[in-house]
Formats: sequence, structure tokens, C-alpha cells
Amino acid sequence: MDNSDSKLDFDDLGAPKKSTASVTVRRIIAYVVLILLTILCLIWFYILFINATRSNGDLSRGFRAYPSDRLFVNLNNIFHGSLPVVRGMINSLIVAGLTALLTTYFSTMTAYAIHAFRFKGRKAIFVFILAIMMIPTQVSALGFQQLCYSWGLENSFIPLIVPSIASAVVFFYMKQYMDSNLPHELLEAARIDGAGEIRIFNTIVIPLMKPAIAVQAIFAFVGSWNNYFIPSLILHKDEMKTLPILIAQLRAADYLKFDMGQVYAMIAFSIFPVIIVYLLLSRYIVGGVTAGSVKG
Amino acid sequence: MGKKLSHNQRVNRWGYIFLIPFLLVFIIFQLIPLASTIYNSFFENYMSGLNHIGPKFIGFANFQKLLSGHELLQYTGNTMIMWVLGFVPQIIVSLLLAAWFTDPSLRLKGQRFFKTVIYLPNLIMAAAFAMLFFTLFADTGPINSILQSIGIISKPYQFMSHAGSVRGLVALMNFLMWFGNTTILLMAGMMGIDTSLFEAAEVDGATANQIFWKITLPLLKPIFIYVLITSLIGGLQMFDVPQILTNGTGDPVRSSMTLIMWLNKHLYSRNYGMAGALSVLLLIITGILSLIVFKATASNEVDE
Repeated sequence: MDNSDSKLDFDDLGAPKKSTASVTVRRIIAYVVLILLTILCLIWFYILFINATRSNGDLSRGFRAYPSDRLFVNLNNIFHGSLPVVRGMINSLIVAGLTALLTTYFSTMTAYAIHAFRFKGRKAIFVFILAIMMIPTQVSALGFQQLCYSWGLENSFIPLIVPSIASAVVFFYMKQYMDSNLPHELLEAARIDGAGEIRIFNTIVIPLMKPAIAVQAIFAFVGSWNNYFIPSLILHKDEMKTLPILIAQLRAADYLKFDMGQVYAMIAFSIFPVIIVYLLLSRYIVGGVTAGSVKG
Repeated sequence: MGKKLSHNQRVNRWGYIFLIPFLLVFIIFQLIPLASTIYNSFFENYMSGLNHIGPKFIGFANFQKLLSGHELLQYTGNTMIMWVLGFVPQIIVSLLLAAWFTDPSLRLKGQRFFKTVIYLPNLIMAAAFAMLFFTLFADTGPINSILQSIGIISKPYQFMSHAGSVRGLVALMNFLMWFGNTTILLMAGMMGIDTSLFEAAEVDGATANQIFWKITLPLLKPIFIYVLITSLIGGLQMFDVPQILTNGTGDPVRSSMTLIMWLNKHLYSRNYGMAGALSVLLLIITGILSLIVFKATASNEVDE
């Protein structure tokens, strides 16, 4: 028994036994803290799920830890309620989907321009894009709103989708990925074979960049899906509103006086699809967080 | 590098062509709006009832009004208090978790699971998350119901009527949404540290605590600065959570009104002069902060 357990009694460096007790204690503390944080992260969504399955009358009797059977009734009610929820979800899907598509394709193109070609002003443009990376969209929101109104783009998805073509953050990620995954020799070979530059980009560069594109597409999609500030300045017609605007409307309507089962179902309707997709893709997402921002 | 000189400007001209979409969209949707925002800040331009006043050039008068009013100070204070309340626990917990996750002697199991869970709140729609907290912490909501049933309080606590609890809830949400992200960033930094340093320290008999404080932390300084400043820039942009939680009022008595909520109010009331001045001020502050990040992390990326 001593023999089989010896690997646990000594740490990797063969430190003396005195420290194993402290390692065990530290390990227990770590697990306790991690479990508490897990509860702290998930409990809200658990209560949300429980409450979305209950009726208004049931909810008013206080909290209960197990679900009821009203989930589909509540969902059906919000689909036929005063808020255009289904329309909102379709709008959100369109805006977020196209944003993810455009931002990854064109950011890859911008990164490719800086990565593959040596032209005058290349370095200056690179520094410039890095420098504007941190400037928040809010500080130019006033001019943005005025521009959109004067061009008749109020209640249009264009101002929410097209600007994502010039995303410094996605560009930076793509550039970093290219540095280690897109050898110049490969491009040279393609050129010698007589391929045109646009063809090289579409048939060689884009397929090679697929892993990076996938990660950034997920982030861009989620970011756009969750975005509230700019869409709320642009979209005022009911049939154009995205989900976050409808959530704000739900809050402003003082829905507490109405059917709480529906309120919870509505919140669940905007949160759970993202959670499900996240759980399916979490491996790529958690791995992708660091790669773009800081080099390890 | 391995680049042959046989291709000359004719090939490299394509660099400019591939840059066109970015530059075009950047100029139209970012540069022009930014310039017009700055332009607006020098004009008297607002709605007084149904009357449109201005636009009339008034120089720096908007800035004077902005800087002399009590609101700027109050809302900056609100924003900073809520940011600090969220950031301090965030950085402490993240450092702790990152140290544990990367500590080979601890050999924690289920790391993938824990990382997945702590990153989850970051992807939740902030507006929906805030709406959820609003309903959970309502006077008749489940949190009050739970607290009452276990006997901590005898009658519902009005979370939305006290400055402390509203700010606390905003900070809690910000903490939940960002500590997973910070943990992962710090872990990347810690794993980048040369492990021979740790081994040498252990051979010399340093304890886990000493290694953390004397080796890990000092070497983490650049990434620490990055996390601090980007979080501060993010904090200045705080909007969705307090906006939805308080329905845009920032109540009680505007104690949770943030700078961007104020900007949003100006935009909705078409008070363009003041909105412009506030935007320019925020631009200058974030510009300075970005410069610090840029110096600390990105500058070495450019030279290759």
C-alpha cells in the first residue's frame, strides 16, 4: 500500500512528506472555493429555469426548489403576447449571424494585407489599427446616430452589421494566428503556380484560417447577440427590434404587475439558447479567450 | 524572413487593395462619426420642450458646463464605485484561481468543468442578466422569499430602494461576468513563466506562498496592468447592467447612474451639445488609458 500510494505522498519534485499535509489542505480549500463559485455562477440560472416552469399564481406563493410543468404554457404565452419576441429572435439571429460572417471574413482580409505584403505605410497602418483597438463605440455614438439618421438608416440592420468589417480586435487575433500558422513560403508557391491574389486568399488563406475564424465567429456572434446600446439608438420600429431591446421594454413596462411566469420565460428565452450553444462549443471558446489578447 | 525579393511592388500593391474594406468602413462608420461627435461638442444644440435651440457655435462652453456641474463628478463617482466593488473581488478571486489551476503540486481535477462554469456568465446577455437580477431581487421575488423562509429577515428587503444594495448588485453582476475571463488571462500569463524559476525556488526551500508573492506576482506585472486598465476602460463603459436594473433612472437618487447612462439620456433628449462634450471627455480618458495598455503589451508586437 505504501508503494502504490507513494506517488500521492510526494509531489512532482519529491518534496519531503511534511509538505503533503499542507498540499492536501490547500487542495481541499481550492475545491471548496471552486464549488462555492460554481454555485454562485449557476444558481441564478437554476432559479430562472425553475421559475420559468411555474405559473404566476404558483410563483406568488414564494420560492420552490423544484420545477413545475408550465414551461411550454409560459413560452406559448410570450409568443402570443404583446412583445414581438419571435420576430426579435429572428432579428437577433440575422444581425448576429451576418456580423459574425462579415467581421471574420474581412478581418482575415485586413490581417492578410498586413501579414503577406510589404508596402509603404504598412507598419504605420498596423500601429494605427492597434491604437484604435481600445476606443469604445460609445464615444462616437452621437455622430454615428446622426449619420445613420441622415442616411435613412434608422430602423435598418446595416449600421449594426456593416461596421463590424472594421474590427480592430478581430483583426489583431487573425494577425496573431497568421504569424504562427500561415507561412510565407506557401503563398509564394501558390503565386508561382500562377494563382491570382484574390483566389489565393479565398482558396488557400481562408481554409487555413478556419480554426481562428470559428473562434472569432462565436465571439462576434455572442457580442452582437448581446449588444444593447447601439441597437437601441438605431432600432425603434417594433418589427426591427432585437432581443436586448425587447428585454429593456419588458423592464420598462413594469411587468412585475403582470404574469411573472411569462417574464421568467422571456428571460430564459434570451439566455438559454446561448448557454446551450456555449456548452457545446465551450472547448473552443475558453481556449480562444487568451489567444487574441495577450501572447503567453 | 523567407521572402524572396523577386516579387516587388506589383504583388505588394495587393496589400493596399486588401486594406480597402477595412479603411472604407472605418472611415465611414467610425472616423466620420467621431469627428462629428467632436464637432457637436462645440455647438449649443438641444431641445427645450418642443423648441430646438441651436445649433450655434459656442466654443468650449459645453465643456465648461460639463466640468462645473455636479453631475459629472457624481456619475463618475458612481461608475468608479461600482467598478471598484466588482474589480477588487474579481482580481483577488482570479489570482487565486489562476494560481491554483496552474499549480502542478495541487493537481486539481475537473479544471475543464470549472473553467467552463466560471466563464459562462461572460457570454450571458447583460440586459437579460440584469432583468433576471431585477426579478430575483424584487420585493416579492425568490431571493426575499428564500431569505424570509430561512429566517434571516422577517419582511422583504427592498433591494432596489437602497443605494448600497443597487450598487452591490451591479458590482456582483460585473464580478460574475468578468472573473472567469480574468482568471483565464492570468493563467495564460502564469503558464508563460519559465518553470525553472519555480523549480529553483522549491529546491531552495521556498514555500508555495513565498513563490506566489516573490516570483509569480512580480512576473505577472505586465498582464496585471493589461487586466487592470482594460477592466477600467470596460468599467467606464458600464451601461447595460445598471440601465436595465434601474430602468435607466439610476435610482435611488441617481446613485447608480453611470457616465454612459448619462450620455444615453442626452442622446434620447437630443441634447447633442452636452452629449458631444461628454463623449470627447470619455474619448480623452480612454485614449490615455489605452496608451498605457498599448505601451505595456502591444508595442512589441509591431516589430517583427
